[in-house]
Amino acid sequence: MKELKLMKGNEAFAEAVIRAGVDGYFGYPITPQSEVLEYLMAQKPYERTGMVVLQAESEVAAINMVYGGAACGKKVVTSSSSPGISLKQEGISYIAGAELPALILNVVRGGPGLGTIQPSQSDYFQSTKGGGHGDYKLIVLAPASVQEMADFAGLGFELAFKYRNPVLILSDGVIGQMMEKVELNPQISRRTDEEVATECPWATTGRPKNGPRRIITSLELDSAKQELHNIKLQAKYKQMQDNEVRFETFDTEDADYLLVAYGSSARICQKAVQTARKKGIKVGLLRPITLFPYPSEAISKLASQVKGILSVEMSAGQMVEDVRLAVNGKVKVEHFGRYGGIVPTPDEVVKALETKIIGG
Amino acid sequence: MTETFDKPEIRTPENLVYSKTKVLTDNVMSYCPGCGHGTAHRLIAEVIDEMGIQNNTIGVAPVGCSVLAYNFFDIDMQQAAHGRAPALATAIKRLYPGKFVFTYQGDGDLAAIGTAETIHACNRGENIVIIFINNGIYGMTGGQMAPTTLPGMPTSTSPYGRDTQIMGNPLKMTEIVATLPGTYMVTRQAVHTPAAVRKAKKAIRMAFENQKLNKGVSFVEIVSNCNSGWKLSPVKANEWMVNNMFPFYELGDIKMNGELVK
Repeated sequence: MKELKLMKGNEAFAEAVIRAGVDGYFGYPITPQSEVLEYLMAQKPYERTGMVVLQAESEVAAINMVYGGAACGKKVVTSSSSPGISLKQEGISYIAGAELPALILNVVRGGPGLGTIQPSQSDYFQSTKGGGHGDYKLIVLAPASVQEMADFAGLGFELAFKYRNPVLILSDGVIGQMMEKVELNPQISRRTDEEVATECPWATTGRPKNGPRRIITSLELDSAKQELHNIKLQAKYKQMQDNEVRFETFDTEDADYLLVAYGSSARICQKAVQTARKKGIKVGLLRPITLFPYPSEAISKLASQVKGILSVEMSAGQMVEDVRLAVNGKVKVEHFGRYGGIVPTPDEVVKALETKIIGG
Repeated sequence: MTETFDKPEIRTPENLVYSKTKVLTDNVMSYCPGCGHGTAHRLIAEVIDEMGIQNNTIGVAPVGCSVLAYNFFDIDMQQAAHGRAPALATAIKRLYPGKFVFTYQGDGDLAAIGTAETIHACNRGENIVIIFINNGIYGMTGGQMAPTTLPGMPTSTSPYGRDTQIMGNPLKMTEIVATLPGTYMVTRQAVHTPAAVRKAKKAIRMAFENQKLNKGVSFVEIVSNCNSGWKLSPVKANEWMVNNMFPFYELGDIKMNGELVK
């Protein structure tokens, strides 16, 4: 039975992780996501479901614990915020290279450097264009509500195991810290070791008596083989592009103008659409839910309908590059953003639409 | 020499006194002739074989000469990022408390880039075995200075010898981890003579047996040679090791059954 609760985004994620039958969480405190580890420790999931929860000595250790656990076929997760996610990038590259399923949550704060503890969306490039070394992609989910913080825990693992690929939930300080009502799924049992062994024959759970040993590695010294491995990875990313694009639209049917925004910016833009429509401006909103794969086709279609597009982000303009690639010069595309931890108001968005797109 | 190997008639069961353990694969090892890694691998493989835990053991080897260890052990293995093996092993053991888990790390890996992971895994008392191969040099990358390089010892990045005033002092990680409450057994061994090999094997066996007790880390350092990196013949390298490495990295048990030996 579903359960209705009032929770912070970070807490909803943590509770959903337990209920999704996750086997292990490995993390390190950093604002504004520390509630994930705090909530887990307070809930004693090791008593509720037998889940392992460990505060690691660093973000680097935490992501490598995730590698070790994922390589055993277990459902493992880590969370952090921007500077900590930077530290995890090497490990994420290894996890992608070794094709392991894992879930990573980034509750983004303003940067660069130590930056600010206030919300931001300035990690878009890092999340969708690589982050670590080498040609790899993460599936990137962008929650815009506390409900999605909970829902994406389950969805994240489903996709991670489907593609044997790390999934990143790109949240931000607003979504992580705000409280909303959330409908929680019932508890799913953790898989038994036997179930893991059956479902993940590739996992290192001890060499089978009647089969070859399993090796988890991202190393291949033979360049020809390494190229083949890369070709295989690219084919997988193409499959994600074909099958996993998720987005939603608001008021786009009759729209003359389009806002594109994800996460908390999309919430602000929903209000901006209402405000603009009261003023007689026919504007709609497209909210990408997956940032990789990106809803390029949907944006391209809308570009044939509207006169101009405003990409709204809490950054100096990162996602706007993907909007421009999708639009391919068909109509004018501009960026509006506040950054450094400042959250824009709906009125500011409407004003930017009027000056940069309609009047510009 | 060839003649001996070409006499199949002497290869009979009654003449058989020793054979390769099945826990080692038939792959040709990538280690330099004369290097101690091969012997250390064999001892671990024999212990796994003798304990009957081949199907119940997960090994972790990070970056270094032993990065390809998964080609030589016929067990499930994970390759880790440089220095991070104890973090992987922590998760594996906590998620599979019934499995045997070990890391196999070099000195650059364990005592430089992976210092934090090593110390914290030891301090938490993870129920794992850590095998630490110390040859005082970065072997795989071509003989650069390691955290364990001896004072005055020349390497490719300390070509005039390690000047401790400029480059700092060698780090005795084994003595450091022995002070932590999470280590149950800490010992320093070598594999350069038959007697040393027998002692090292006994230590590795004890380390794996300890894992059943759930009392923390069993840490086995093996001081080894790197004839390529040291630019010496295998025999000279072993002599150099005895005369220079052993006085600094003294062989013997440092902590047994959770108690410091000396």
